Amino acid sequence: MSILQHSYPGFALKVDLELPARGVTAIFGPSGCGKTTLLRCVAGLERGAKGYLAVDDEVWQDDDVRRFVPVHQRALGYVFQDASLFAHLSVAQNLNYGMQRVPVTLRRVSLEQSIDLLGIAQLLQRSPDALSGGERQRVAIARALASSPRILLLDEPLAALDAARKAEVLPYLEKLHTELDMPVLYVSHAIDEVARLADHLVLLESGQVIASGRAEDLLTRLDLSLAHGDTAGAVLTLTVSGHDERDHLSTVIFSGGLLSLPIQNKVIGQSLRIRVQARDVSLTLQKQSGTSILNILNATVCAIAPDSPGQVMVSLDAGGCTLLARITERSARTLALEPGLKLYAQIKGVAILG
Amino acid sequence: MPSSADLTAVLLTARLAFVTTVLLLLIATPIAWWLARGRSNLRTVIGAIVTLPLVLPPAVIGFYLLVLLGPEGPLGRLTQQLGLGLLPFTFSGLVVASVIYSMPFVVQPIQQAFVAMGERPMEAAATLRASPLNAFLTVALPLARPGFITAAVLGFAHTVGEFGVVLMIGGNIPGKTQVLSMAIYNHVEALEYQSAHWLAGGMLCFSFLVLLMLYSRGWNRRS
Repeated sequence: MSILQHSYPGFALKVDLELPARGVTAIFGPSGCGKTTLLRCVAGLERGAKGYLAVDDEVWQDDDVRRFVPVHQRALGYVFQDASLFAHLSVAQNLNYGMQRVPVTLRRVSLEQSIDLLGIAQLLQRSPDALSGGERQRVAIARALASSPRILLLDEPLAALDAARKAEVLPYLEKLHTELDMPVLYVSHAIDEVARLADHLVLLESGQVIASGRAEDLLTRLDLSLAHGDTAGAVLTLTVSGHDERDHLSTVIFSGGLLSLPIQNKVIGQSLRIRVQARDVSLTLQKQSGTSILNILNATVCAIAPDSPGQVMVSLDAGGCTLLARITERSARTLALEPGLKLYAQIKGVAILG
Repeated sequence: MPSSADLTAVLLTARLAFVTTVLLLLIATPIAWWLARGRSNLRTVIGAIVTLPLVLPPAVIGFYLLVLLGPEGPLGRLTQQLGLGLLPFTFSGLVVASVIYSMPFVVQPIQQAFVAMGERPMEAAATLRASPLNAFLTVALPLARPGFITAAVLGFAHTVGEFGVVLMIGGNIPGKTQVLSMAIYNHVEALEYQSAHWLAGGMLCFSFLVLLMLYSRGWNRRS
């Protein structure tokens, strides 16, 4: 996908992107930055958009040759923020709506598969009115999948849900990620969702692409707003290497060293994504003994950048992986932090992403 | 008991209201869709024209229709050239007049239903491979069903109750253009209050039942 332009009075979206054909690409930015508009342009729902757009080898829009494939002829799945199920149809009929409009030879996702993936078998006979917010979103995602799209477009599918419902739907989104080989464009303004789901990240601000790249890289780049504030943190991919049954702790390894984490149902050798928030990392020049902190890594300071008043954000290299630590300005001065300094990063806690 | 002439008037009225309602549902649906969804600046003008019969005295509508459809009127010439003859004082003339007279009562509920539905269901249908026409038939129409029911009931009831337009364009020909309200008028003029009571009372009950039906539907939807 590349070079798309769209403008309203007072707002212009200009995007030139080449995105990976697999995995989850998150489009992240503050509200009003144009991320939903960008998704709607990809779907063909914004007739005013100008430019060039191709998915796989299929050109959906090319204004140089006056080509515009109408929405209903694009093999895409779109999940709206409010699910937008058809109120006059049952859940089963909603699922069938898209599927039956796709020729049998082009069906790559079966109805059963999409029902299983989203765990909605017990809801089929219900009316959309009788579903909870989380169930509605799961049905909407299954409905989009059942139309065998070549690309799945998700417009903040969790934004309208409370924390409990979010936690209910997120595992299903992760399952899509691991079990389906389908590129996903995921619009979100919630950093925790992005950290959990995204392989690739596009940062959008007032209609412009600020950065695009591997999620793990972008999340720790100090020149981006993403790596600042209370929610900043690094995402690491690790491998499970052992279990301690007595303490209910597992050992996981990565290029930066070894961590002990409380994880359940993980098999040795399996990979694991975790998120280490910058506020949960403290720095020390000497290796501490007599501390309750289990996970201490050798690290080198890469860069230091001002954060909120009185705070600095430090990026650290641990065996080629980048970590973030958010500490006070005074601590940074006392420790005489500067790029190249070797020290120890103490990790107070991590979030296991799956 | 109502006389057989009265029954003829009642049946004629029912036939007129039925034909008018069916025609109006067909004509009003695209107009309502365009008014709800169109982007043209003409929308306000057309919207006002469609609503005009709501505020104009029926006699005014009847008068202009009589002029337009009469032997010297442009539409009258057209119908004569097409071999349809002249419409005033015929059942077809009544239908034409009723369609115009009851138009706002049918267009507005449908238009409101389309507006309330928003763009989203049609967009969702498009992302699920439904062509615009297919999406309209399978999503927009079913979702607007309450609006269509209200429109049909109001269009029918309003046509049954008309007097002024019908008097101007239809005359008062028994069995041909004499409708219910005309029959009541004739009875009152002839001081046949008993017969007028039968018809007027019947109309009262009918109108009450229609409104009762509409309102109970409204309550059901809210609960």
